[in-house]
Amino acid sequence: MADILLYRPHFVAFIILFLLGMYIMVVSLNLVKKLIGMYIMQTSIILFFITLAVKEDSTIPIILPSVTALTPEAYANPLPHVLMLTAIVVGVSTLGVSLAMVIALYREYNTLEEDQILEKMK
Amino acid sequence: MTLFDDYLLLILAVVMALGAVYVRDLFSGVLTLAAYSFFLAVLWAGLGAVDVAFTEAVVGAGLSTVFFLVALFHTSHQEKVRKPVPVRITALASLGILGFLLLFGSVDLPVVGDPESLPNKHVSANYIRNSLEDTDTPNMVTAVLADYRGFDTLGETAVIFTAGVACWMLLRRRDDSAS
Amino acid sequence: MIRPHDSVIVHTLARVFTPIIQLFALYVLIHGHDSPGGGFQAGTLFAASVILPILAFGIQDSQVVLERRAIIFGAIGILLYAGIGLLPLILGGEFLNYGKLPIPGMEASARRHWGILGIEIGVTMAVAATAVSIFYSLSERGEGE
Repeated sequence: MADILLYRPHFVAFIILFLLGMYIMVVSLNLVKKLIGMYIMQTSIILFFITLAVKEDSTIPIILPSVTALTPEAYANPLPHVLMLTAIVVGVSTLGVSLAMVIALYREYNTLEEDQILEKMK
Repeated sequence: MTLFDDYLLLILAVVMALGAVYVRDLFSGVLTLAAYSFFLAVLWAGLGAVDVAFTEAVVGAGLSTVFFLVALFHTSHQEKVRKPVPVRITALASLGILGFLLLFGSVDLPVVGDPESLPNKHVSANYIRNSLEDTDTPNMVTAVLADYRGFDTLGETAVIFTAGVACWMLLRRRDDSAS
Repeated sequence: MIRPHDSVIVHTLARVFTPIIQLFALYVLIHGHDSPGGGFQAGTLFAASVILPILAFGIQDSQVVLERRAIIFGAIGILLYAGIGLLPLILGGEFLNYGKLPIPGMEASARRHWGILGIEIGVTMAVAATAVSIFYSLSERGEGE
């Protein structure tokens, strides 16, 4: 188990960030705090995918004239990068809609705390 | 980028994330979240994902911070978390079990940086070999995004447009006096 | 409501930086082929160049012009993307196969190059318009504000 911490710190960081985001989403009473937790969860998953695309002694996935060989060992894997570009933009769209819902809730109940909203709804 | 740099940036990112959730003032929490995004963007640029780092710095740290701040500005001017967050034992226990299971499963994941690992073979190897002669584009990420996986990008653009329309319908009032 | 900022420094810097950010956004869009960049980053930079003067000079002046018309550019952008994808389908190829676009005098790989540039322009328009429109929606005044 010790070699996980030594050679793969990215996976440990991903697990810590993912669980932190999920815990804040479940436990927090403030709606904007929950959205902060959602954002941390999304970025932790992107970190995980980027870690899978790393290759040793490779360069960025742009074909440069100075790197002569067009072998797959010379360039980083471009496919997870593409998937994560989509994930980032869709994540910020979801964040925009969630913030719109938070503002609509605030206009109705004049508070951002979940327990006060549940009280006023009764 | 050496492992030491990865360690440093990962520790900084985790500290920033912890700071963003445990600070009680929401404005400060959102700005700490922007700092967390920037640290992650630097980490990804060091790991070779320059397009993703650029997009995270612009969209993640830029646009989402602006959205958060505008929403906070227009909702709660007393932007404080009033009560301390309760510690729920069941949430902690189940997330602890999940964390242990994930750590246990991460032993089987490929070593970071292995060029022969399974995600780096098959389709990606074909993309790297053929993208320059198929599309005349040195940037492989743009070629894969816009040509090989163009259908996904069309769906993503539709999602963005739908989010804009959804925000419109949630928040804007119908102004009957306007044309 | 976002009121105008009262500092001369903020006003001057907003005036100076807005065209620079727009020029940089155009650069990132067109150089998406050769360097990191592309449609999403350029669209967000365009949106930032619209949001910065709003934060410096207040929301009232631009709200009349842009609030209802921004989302139209988003629709034009996504129609451009789908249109460039439909054109090969009409002419006998497959959907989104830019090698069969009707541009004379080029081989298939050069046609794909220009097809990619076309759809990146569509994506840029969609992202920029949607970001500005979401900003205006979030700044909408509630009752009695």
